[in-house]
Amino acid sequence: MPARITVLGGGVGGTLAANLLSKELGRDAKITVVDPTGMHVYQPGFLYVALGQANGRWLARDERTLLRGDVELVVEQAMSVDPDAGLVGLERGGTLEWDYLVLATGARLVYDSVPGLSEGSHEFYSLAGAQRLREELRRFRGGRIRVGIAGIPYKCPPAPVEFVFMLEEYLRHRGIRDRSEITLLSPLNRAFTIENASKVIQPFMEARGIGLTTFFNVESVDPAAGTVSSLEGEKTEYDLLVLVPPHRGQQLIDDSGLGDASGWLPTDRRSLQVGEHERIFAMGDATDLPISKSGSTAHFEAPVVASRISSLVRGTAPRTNYGGRVMCFLETGGGKATALRFDYEHPPTPPQPNRVWHAAKWMFNRLYWQTVPQGRIPERAPKERGAA
Amino acid sequence: MTTTEIGRSIDARGMPCPGPLMSLIGAIREGKVGDVIEVLSSDEGSRTDIPAWLTKAGHELVEVVDEDGFTRFVVKKVR
Repeated sequence: MPARITVLGGGVGGTLAANLLSKELGRDAKITVVDPTGMHVYQPGFLYVALGQANGRWLARDERTLLRGDVELVVEQAMSVDPDAGLVGLERGGTLEWDYLVLATGARLVYDSVPGLSEGSHEFYSLAGAQRLREELRRFRGGRIRVGIAGIPYKCPPAPVEFVFMLEEYLRHRGIRDRSEITLLSPLNRAFTIENASKVIQPFMEARGIGLTTFFNVESVDPAAGTVSSLEGEKTEYDLLVLVPPHRGQQLIDDSGLGDASGWLPTDRRSLQVGEHERIFAMGDATDLPISKSGSTAHFEAPVVASRISSLVRGTAPRTNYGGRVMCFLETGGGKATALRFDYEHPPTPPQPNRVWHAAKWMFNRLYWQTVPQGRIPERAPKERGAA
Repeated sequence: MTTTEIGRSIDARGMPCPGPLMSLIGAIREGKVGDVIEVLSSDEGSRTDIPAWLTKAGHELVEVVDEDGFTRFVVKKVR
């Protein structure tokens, strides 16, 4: 009897893991992907939508077209996980039995956890939010723009920095830069979470006249007064406020009792196993791992999860561990970008922003649909092999 | 050893920067005035980040203790 493998979530990690498992196990596995929308969304594109450089159509594809033919797709919301019985409960009352479970459920945005956030700020972390922000920017005629982060952890840590650089360029092109003030409100004492990257980024921000307010952890927004306040006791006025909404794990994870207080799955940093559950694995934004929540992370985790499950199905020793590998592009405007490549042991040493990395990011955006979900980008062999 | 009673302990050892500081910020957010929070961090950056944030945010750094392979910060929420 083939092993029943259920993958919750049809994002980068879930899709790639399902395809790799199908390739590896063939008829020895019956693989099912469960996704509430059946649409695969390329979230890095939201940034471009917000700044009028892309439309929404480019960003979504039917998940079915990205999965191998023998992977079943169930378009339905998963409601519960019973790890002991090996069951997933579905929204319309059905259940799925599994021998192995992959939780690639991602993160959700929780706007209501910061008072005034929904009414007083814009965001580019959802397609609808990015489209609203695009319209707001079109109406913008100059003023104070504050860009901040309303909760950590959040997806794609470089995105707010990329946004301020691209926004600065956008305002210049529209001829209203001299009437506008851009300030990044950073929760840390630097522009970016990773110190090495901040050292590269901050001089560019200064050169472009982009302000930086440090240690500003957003606590509340007062839309009527046009102010945003921090946990540190500061308050600043805005004409346009763009905040990364707070994130937490999915409701399903909360309801199943598998997550921590913020809904993140306790995940082994090497094996990607969830807690003590030997047949449950997690990846991507859903985990509690102390690394970036990003598609790149899921991209590098998916082969490890697929390999580990294949080994369990075959009854062989595990062959791979996740070493914490992440690779992100970071746009700095002016047709330039840098790259952050790091893992658990090696912090990034980003190159000076240049045109080559900008071109590489554009190329990656364009080639994504034909490469990443299918596993067509070759994987560098993980550093550690053989360890259980 | 501190004589202050620790209300909450955060073991952030092994967590890279800025994880320990962000964990502390989260605990301060959730805590109430007077709470004493202990953070254990093996990240070198915490030695500058945590005191700098406490100064800005107006909370008290009660104690910094070098332990074997990590640092223990004892913090009091004062506002």
